[in-house]
Order: sequence, then structure tokens, then C-alpha cells
Amino acid sequence: MDIVNSLALSSPEILLTISGLILLMVCAFVGDKAARIVTILAVAALFGATAITADFLTNPAFELGGDAWAGIYRMDAFGSFSKILIYLAAIGCLIVTPKFFDATGEYRPEYPVLMLFGAVGMGLMVSAVDLMTLYMGLELTSLASYVLASFTRSDDRSAEAGLKYFVLGALASGILLYGMSLVYGFTGSTNYIGIRVALQDGLSTGALFGIVFVLAGMAFKIAAVPFHMWTPDVYEGAPTPVTAFFATAPKVAAIVIMMRIALDPFGGQSDAWQQIVIFAALASIVVGALGAISQDNIKRLLAYSSINNVGFILIGLAAATEAGAAAMLVYLTIYVAMSLGSFVVVMMMRDADGKQVEEISKLGGLSRSQPWLALCMAMMMLSLAGIPPLFGFWGKLVVFQAAVQADMVLLAALGIAASVIGAFYYLKIVKIMYFDEPAGVVAPSHDTARWAVLAVTALIVSPLGYLLIVPLGALASRAAAALFFII
Amino acid sequence: MIGVEHYVVVSAILFVLGVLGIFLNRKNVIVILMAIELILLSVNINLVAFSAFLGDLTGQVFAMLVLTVAAGEAAIGLAILVIYFRGRGTIAVDDVTRMKG
Repeated sequence: MDIVNSLALSSPEILLTISGLILLMVCAFVGDKAARIVTILAVAALFGATAITADFLTNPAFELGGDAWAGIYRMDAFGSFSKILIYLAAIGCLIVTPKFFDATGEYRPEYPVLMLFGAVGMGLMVSAVDLMTLYMGLELTSLASYVLASFTRSDDRSAEAGLKYFVLGALASGILLYGMSLVYGFTGSTNYIGIRVALQDGLSTGALFGIVFVLAGMAFKIAAVPFHMWTPDVYEGAPTPVTAFFATAPKVAAIVIMMRIALDPFGGQSDAWQQIVIFAALASIVVGALGAISQDNIKRLLAYSSINNVGFILIGLAAATEAGAAAMLVYLTIYVAMSLGSFVVVMMMRDADGKQVEEISKLGGLSRSQPWLALCMAMMMLSLAGIPPLFGFWGKLVVFQAAVQADMVLLAALGIAASVIGAFYYLKIVKIMYFDEPAGVVAPSHDTARWAVLAVTALIVSPLGYLLIVPLGALASRAAAALFFII
Repeated sequence: MIGVEHYVVVSAILFVLGVLGIFLNRKNVIVILMAIELILLSVNINLVAFSAFLGDLTGQVFAMLVLTVAAGEAAIGLAILVIYFRGRGTIAVDDVTRMKG
């Protein structure tokens, strides 16, 4: 009976794992011809997992969670909200990919399979309530990501990005794991509930070291300052659809597990980690804004922009309240739409020979040659800068509101001041597209999948996105309530 | 009498050596892979020592999991290294600089 219940609760992961294994067999026996059909089936599997998870999210019976597999896995509203976001981001990245590799003919059916295994890992880690499950999910995602980063074998930069990502990712896992071993040793449990109970009687030095190491490892994964140095190189070198994937799905998963681990097992000792999170948040905002200014490659610029956004999201965590957690989830949702949209525009920047263009100066005069593309990009940039009529403003507003409610007025004020610096380079891109002389390198693109993803993300980011405030806010509050339920 | 603290100290020394091995090494990437293994093994010493000290099997199960993942990680790391070597013809750390900024 128990095993049936556990199987039912973890059905999204089981569906994805089985589809991944079957599709891997298809790759092995059919070969490169199967790339297209494998992609379609992988998208279908992800849609199936989204539907199952949506059922868990809307079903009141599972709102506060059901524990599975003897308490190492929990399906609650918090996990299912994040999972839906992760799966949708993965679908968005996957359907725009095949066209990208057309020019080089390097698309192989392993790509969607790796994406599926990455999605399984992310689902596992957001539902993990035990350090072992967490580590397994994290590694499954990371191992798939290392391979995806070095997917274009003909490009030197791709292999270099894969190598750098591997070395620094493995170091981050090592630091995280060392922290976990200390936490286990000084609390006597790897289970979140066990750790929480053990930490109630006060914090020993060893456990404090453990918490700091765990958070440092997480900061590596979400690319927060001072552990951000790998981000620009990996984002530049990896193929653009893979970069879009890194900036959305794994980032959501890593931020979500950071929330769960900071607020659930370490939640009773928030004084121990709040200072660290506040420092990481402010430093990420400032470094992300200043680092982006001198960039001339659009992918590097977006990498710094993602560092900057992680800073804003961490402000919600620094508040350590239920409102802060709900605000982070709202911000994450909007952030996924904005960054997916920006990367789709980058994918569409190609010269007349179909070669990828990445220099920001080549965007000159885009508003005249391709007005729709320029309009979408301008909306993404202004929304990332947080300018009011666009939806990005709402994300920043709720996060700062949560910080002010938690009596962190100074943090909110510094964050707002620093976000003005960030506005500079976003506006610079808009200026180049609308007022500079045409560089005329961007050839028109007629790919339905890419335009569809771009249209959906642009609609969410546009002022029409404000229609989502009520349902999104309600779901995010439910998810945050489920996270805080045990406390 | 050797207590749990001795194991924790050994493991901490190994961990620091592993991290230094990644950052101070300027020769080649294989050494970095060895340093990563060293970090994971220091974690295993910690887990097994704590497990014996606490009389709780969880730590040993965790150590087995870490060993398995370490093997997978080394395999993927070497595979990426082979792709990198094919394109560049060298694995010296100082040459991993096509992108900078």
C-alpha cells in the first residue's frame, strides 16, 4: 500500500525517467535520423509530467504534501509549483532547439534525452526532503548540463564552456557535499525534519560550518556573487539554446532548493544564514549591473543580467518570511519568461549566411529591418530593467515589498538604488536597436516554433501580464504556505 | 585512542588540499580531476566516521551514493576533456582562455 502511494506521488519523475530510457534506446537503435521524432516525444513526455503535476497542485488533498519513499521525497504545493515552472521552461527551450542546429547539422537525438534526464533531476531536487535525494537530483541535473554545454563538438568555445562548467560545478558539488557531511555529523540526521529538530537546541560550531558550506555550494549553482565567475564564460561558450536552458530551468530548481533548505531544515537558525544571503543579494545586484556595462557580446551581457536578477530574488530569501518566499516564486516565474524571450531573440540573430551573430553592435537599426523582433527584444530589456508598464516591474515590487514588511528597509533601498545602475545597459540595447545606424546583419527568420515561444513570453511580459497577478499570486502563496507548514 | 575528531581533521586536510589543487594547479586538467576526487573522498571519510560514531547507517549509505556519483562524474569529465583535446591539442590549464572578460 505504501509503495503504491509512493509511486503515485512521484509519478511525474517516473514518467520522465521511463520516457527518457525508452528514447535513449530509440537513439541507440535508430541513430541520428530519429532526432526529430525523439524531440517531439520528449516534449510530449514533459507536457504529460506538467499535466500530472498540475493535478497535484490544484488538488487540495496534496496542498500540504504527501511524503513518499519513507520520508525522503515530498509532493507538496511548493514542489509542484516549481516543477511546473521547470517543465514549462524545459519545453520552451526544447522546441526552439532543432532549428538552431540546422545551419551546422549537428543536432543529435541525445539532446532531448539529456534534457529529459536533466528535468528528472530537477524534479527530484525540488521535491527532496532528505540530503541524499537532494544530492542525487542535483548531480543528475549537473551531469546532464555538463554534456549539454559541450554539445557542439566543432566549436572550440563549446568544449571550453563544458570544461569550465564541469570543473567549477564539480567543485561546487564537493563544497555542498562537505557541508552536508558536517550537517549530518553534528545533527545525526540527513532528513530535513531530523535536522530541524536537532538544530532547535542551539547551533554547534560544526553545524554552523556545515550550513555555511551548504549555502556556498548552492550559491555556486545559482551563480550568486562571490561564486559567479563561471557564468559569463559558460553562457557565452555553450550553444544558445543550452544557454537559454541554463538561465531558466536549472536556475529555478537551484533557487527553489536553496529556499527549501534555508527555510525548512535551517529555518530555526535563520540568524546564522541571513547575513550571508543579504551580502550575496547586494553583491550580486551590484556586480551583475557593473559587469554588464562593458560587455560587447549579448550572451555575456545576459549572463551578467541573470546574476543581477538572482540578487533581486535573494532579497526575498533574506526576508525569511512566507511573503518573501511567495514573492520569490512570482519573481522566478516572470524571470523565466523574460530570460527565455531574450535568448530566443538572440537565437534569431543570424546574418545572411545563416551564421550566428552575437555582437551587440550588430543589433543596430533592428527596428527598421525587423520591427517585430526589435519590439519583442525592447520589451524584454525594459521588463528586465523593471520599468513600470511591463510585468518585470511587478516581480521587483513584490520582492521589495516583502523585504520592507520584514523590516529590511535599508536592504530594499540599496536594492532599488542598485537596480538603477542595471537600467543603463538594458536601455543601451534599446537605444542601439532603435536609434543606431542599421548594421543590417540580422536576416529574417521564419520558424514557427521560435516565433510561438517569443509571442507567448512577450505576452506574459507585456502589460497584459498583469492579468496574471491574481492567479499567480494565489498559487505562489499556496506554495509558500506549504513550505512553511511544517514550521 | 583515535576518536572521531581525528577523522574529521584528516578529512578537513584532504578537503583543503583538494580545493587548493583546483586553484593553485597551473599545469594540466587531469590534476584538477584528481583534486575533485580528493574532495569527494574527504567527504566519504567524514560520512563513514560520523556514521560509526553515531551508530547510524545513513552515513554509510550516503557514502556509497557519493562513490557511485563520483564514478559518473569522472567519466563525464574525461569525456569532455577528450572533446576539448581534439579541438585544441592541449590540456594545459593556462590555455583554457578563449573566452575572457
